[in-house]
Parts: sequence; C-alpha cells; structure tokens
Amino acid sequence: MSNDSTSKTLIVATLLCVVCSIMVSYAAVSLKPLQVKNKRLDIKKNLLVTAGLVEDGAQESEIVEAFKVVETKVVDLSTGKYVDIDPETYDARKASKNPKKNYRIPSDKDLGNIKSRAQYKKVYFIKEGDKVKNVVFPVHGKGLWSTMYGFLVLEEDLNTVKGLGFYEHGETPGLGGEIDNPRWKKNWNGKKAFNDSMEPALKVVKGSAAPGSDHNIDGLSGATITANGVTGLVQYWLSENAYGTFIKNLREGEML
Amino acid sequence: MSLKKTLLDPLFENNPIALQILGICSALAVTTKLESVLVMCLAVVLVCAFSNLSVSLIRNHVPSSIRIIVMMTIIASLVILTDQLLKAFVYDIAKSMSVYIGLIITNCIVMGRAEAYAMKNGPLMSFVDGIGNGIGYSIVLIFVGVFRELFGSGKLLGYNILTPINEGGWYMPNGMALLSPSAFFLIGIFIWILRSFKKDQIESSN
Amino acid sequence: MLEHYLSLFLKAVFVENLALAFFLGMCTFLAVSKKVKTSLGLGVAVIVVQSITIPVNNLLYNYLLKENALQWAGINGVDLSFLGLISYIGVIAAMVQILEMTLDKFFPPLYNALGIFLPLITVNCAILGGSLFMVERDYNFAESVVFGVGSGVGWALAIAALAGIREKMKYSDVPEGLRGLGITFITVGLMALGFLSFSGIQL
Repeated sequence: MSNDSTSKTLIVATLLCVVCSIMVSYAAVSLKPLQVKNKRLDIKKNLLVTAGLVEDGAQESEIVEAFKVVETKVVDLSTGKYVDIDPETYDARKASKNPKKNYRIPSDKDLGNIKSRAQYKKVYFIKEGDKVKNVVFPVHGKGLWSTMYGFLVLEEDLNTVKGLGFYEHGETPGLGGEIDNPRWKKNWNGKKAFNDSMEPALKVVKGSAAPGSDHNIDGLSGATITANGVTGLVQYWLSENAYGTFIKNLREGEML
Repeated sequence: MSLKKTLLDPLFENNPIALQILGICSALAVTTKLESVLVMCLAVVLVCAFSNLSVSLIRNHVPSSIRIIVMMTIIASLVILTDQLLKAFVYDIAKSMSVYIGLIITNCIVMGRAEAYAMKNGPLMSFVDGIGNGIGYSIVLIFVGVFRELFGSGKLLGYNILTPINEGGWYMPNGMALLSPSAFFLIGIFIWILRSFKKDQIESSN
Repeated sequence: MLEHYLSLFLKAVFVENLALAFFLGMCTFLAVSKKVKTSLGLGVAVIVVQSITIPVNNLLYNYLLKENALQWAGINGVDLSFLGLISYIGVIAAMVQILEMTLDKFFPPLYNALGIFLPLITVNCAILGGSLFMVERDYNFAESVVFGVGSGVGWALAIAALAGIREKMKYSDVPEGLRGLGITFITVGLMALGFLSFSGIQL
C-alpha cells in the first residue's frame, strides 16, 4: 500500500490515536488517586506548618497523625453560624465560582480583590483535649500575578495571630515569593489582629515595622504589590463582610 | 555520523538555543530556581529522546500529509505523561512550574528534531540525537539558572551560598536577577562567550 | 462590568505581555523580527488565531474537559482535564488549518500577506500558553474573548517594536561575538525591563 493513499492515512491516524489515548488515559487514571492525595496532603501540611504543629519537611504519617487534633466545620459567613455540610466533600473554591453558591463582594468592601467568594467557608479548630487552642481561617486574595491561597491562624483569644502561611501562589520567586520565607512568616506570630475598637488592623508596612508594634509587619523588599495584597486579604477576611460575624459569635462564647 | 558525534555535537558545535534559536520559550520562565531548571531539563531530555525514538520507529509508515499532526500527537502524549508523573511524585515542584511543563509540547526543539532528524534516521541514532539536543538545551538553562538563583537569592538548590541580609548574612540579593529580563541578558552573554571560542558561529553584520 | 473587561484587556496587552513577561513565543519572536513589515504580518496573524482559539478552547474546557463538565449530557463525575493539552493543541492546529483555507478562498490578498506565517503559528508557544493561562485563571467565555484579543495584541506590539529596533541596529557597530542573535537577546531583555514598569498597575 502506498504511503499517501487515503486508506493508509486513515489507518495510521486511527492506530496512532488509539495507542496514544490508551497510554495517556491509563497513566491519568492510575495516577489520579496519588495526585489527589498529594494535593490534599499539601494543603493539610501547610495548615499544620502555619499553626506550628509540624516542621516543613514533614512526612505523610506525621501529617496524618498531627491532623487528628484538627476539627473542621463549615460556616455560613452571612449569619456566622455553622451549617450542616460534610466538610470532607465541601469545596469552597468551587463554590466561589458557582453563581448559585457564591456571594458577590461589593467593590468598596473587596479589599482582597477577589470579586466573589463562597457563601460557606471551612474553619478549622485545633484542639488540645476538649479545649480549642487555635482557630484556622482559610484566606485568599490577589497578589501581583496570582491569587494567593493560605491560612490565617489565631490563638484562642481570637485576637493574637499565631501565623500566616500560603499553600498556593504564583508570585515571583525571591521577591513576592518571599511570603513563603519562614523568617518573614515569623513576624506574624504574636501580632494582634484587631485594634481597640475591634476593627481588623494587621498591615504589612514598607520597610521595617516599629519594634513592639502590635499590628504592623515588616515589608518585603521589592514586592510592595504582593505585600499590599497580603494586607488586603487579611483585612478583608477578618472584616464584617467575611469571618467578622462568625468571630463575634465565637467571642460571645456559645459556639466552641 | 558516529554515535558520539551525534550525542556531543548539539552541546556546543550546534547548540539548539545558541545557534538554531529553538526552544527558548517554554524554558526561561522556570530558571529562577536551579531545582526547577533541573526538573525541566530532565523532562525535555526525556520527551525529546522518546519522541525522536517513536517518530523514527514509524517514520516509514507516516503519510506525509499528516506527518505534522502525527508528531504533535506523539509529543503531546509524552508531555501529558510527564506532567502526570510529576504531579504524582514530585508535587511541590510540579506546583511551582504551573503551565510550563505543558508548554514543552510547543518547544520547537522537540518538534524540530523529530522533523529534521528522526524522520530520516534510524531509531538508535534518533534516540541519541534527542538526548544530545536535550542536553545542549539543558546546558544553557543550567548556566542561566545558576546565575539567577545565586545572584537573585544567594542560594543554590536552596542552600545558602552567599547568605542574604534578611537571613542574617551580608549579601544584598540582586532582585533583577529574579525578573525576566536578566534571563535574556544571560543568554546574550552565553552566546557571546560561546562565539568568542567558536569564531565560525559569528554572524555576518548583515 | 465594562471596566472589568477593559482592565483585563490592558493587563493582557501590557502588564502580562506574553512575549516579554512570560517568554512565550520566543522562537518565532526572535526569528521573524528582522523586518518591521514581516513582523507586523506575523503579529496580525497571531492576533487573529489567538482571538479564535482561546474562546474555542474555553468552550471546550468548560463543556467537555472540566471536572463534572459533562453534566449537560447527563454524565456525572467525569474528569477529563488530563486530555487538556492534547485537545488544545488539536484545536489550534485545526483552527490554523481552517483559517488558512478560508483566507485562501475568500481573501486571497490577506492570505498572500499572511501565508507563510500561518503554519508557523501552530508551534508558537504564545498560542498554547494563552489557552493554558485561560484555563489556569478560570476565565469565563466573555473574559476569554477579551483575554484572547488582548494577549494577541500584546504579542504583536512586542514583535513590531523589536523589529523596529533591529532595523535601526543594522547601522550600529556591535562586538563580533554579539552580532545577530546575541545582541537581539540583550535588546529583548532591555525591552522586557521597560515593560516591567507596567507591572503592578492596578486597574
């Protein structure tokens, strides 16, 4: 059969498609569980690292073990009350894209530049015995290039910051990417999230923060926009428009 | 051509980036860290070698009217495979490379070698040619990556070499080395150095 | 709403310029930028292809490949996103081919002007990169149209500017080893530095 005949062309094309599709689909399907597990594990690891429960290079078994003290709940942000949804299967990120399940943030309130968010968000409680020790809030907002996803961890007084860490962002490594630098992240520890009149007050400043400052965090050199993004997203998520109502409810003491 | 020559030629004599202007696109954006450079290089070497091998194996049966799309399909399948493997086994690195692994598909080196070499030569030679060109590409990338990470953040592979000020050392990291323009300057300089040694590669002024 | 699209457009053209901020489409960018006229031709071809393929790939992604995207056909829980790469490149190759035939039939002058550049575009990473960024950033259909046009215009702008500089460079005395490719890389670096000043503009 000549190479350029129509039938040969069709046969070659079909065979190639079959071989390639079998190969690709087999790889994709067989590797999928591993990938999903990696992704979940990575998010859990970042949560635990931010809360100071495990070190950065922690192994899978350590993470699973440490995560046992974490209790996950789903909160309706508009009322600040829990809703009865299984946190294992709830995906707030998908919900924020779904017009039926999201909430469009009015632009004057949208400090994190995210335009819309899920109505319900997960909140994690880190327990010691029966007592809640830390509360972890998933947060996200726009940096220079990308949306940064991370966790803000507060102490039990719901004011002192334990840590802030990001598990997904696309900022320039070395400049904006320094939000991953443990040295910089240490700055957050011990700051106060709210001022005296209970408004969100955390702020990443330009240059170094004054020593002993309650609310200011050292800036990132060469990454002003990323730093402003971090300020914006922290302030947004702690505001009345986001976790604010829920935090107020918690503080009044009935929810823990 | 001997096996050795096929393997070594693309390193300096006929470097795909410096001389053939191929495959610069998908790579430069990942050169801020040496770690991702190495993964990227490994991925390109493997994809290039195996695409050359498979194209060469079926070269006598590919009708010329659909040869481009045939090569495209083979390359795309290999890249998807690589992408899936990376996501499954080195998730951290895969996360930081985002779309750039996928862009190996349009890396002209892979396509260029399949078309120019593998369609005319036997499987073994094509395989070696793929590895050689992959390595030639890697050399430039590693050169760029070493300089960018060293001067941009004072580290190599994440270990402190020049301890930066914000970690208690003395080195003031050069932020520009982390931004895209520095990669262009470095490649320009690489070409300059290469051509100072290999005068025959100098282009005439017109 | 209009404001949002305008800012997306300007961002795609200047701030997130595919060629100078993300290094995409570099091979053709360097190879075909010797003359302003040819580079303009290629630029226009990229704009056209980009504004068609990105929205088409957006539909493909949202209605076929995305997790649970097949709901409209009554199939649940299917995630075909691993087929993304191969489908996008297929769409691009097909679109370029169709465009070529349409132009040949209905607009011969335009076809003659763009002719040789069209096949080159299939392997232009800016096109595939545009589609991948569209997926990663989860644009909706209208946004993808704006992004497609914007990123194409940005790329065309960059190549036309580079060609302008290279035409003038013919009259300068460049060190021997840097002649041609070397100095072009350094020029592109300087241009990218210029474009960096757009970064961080909040629109």
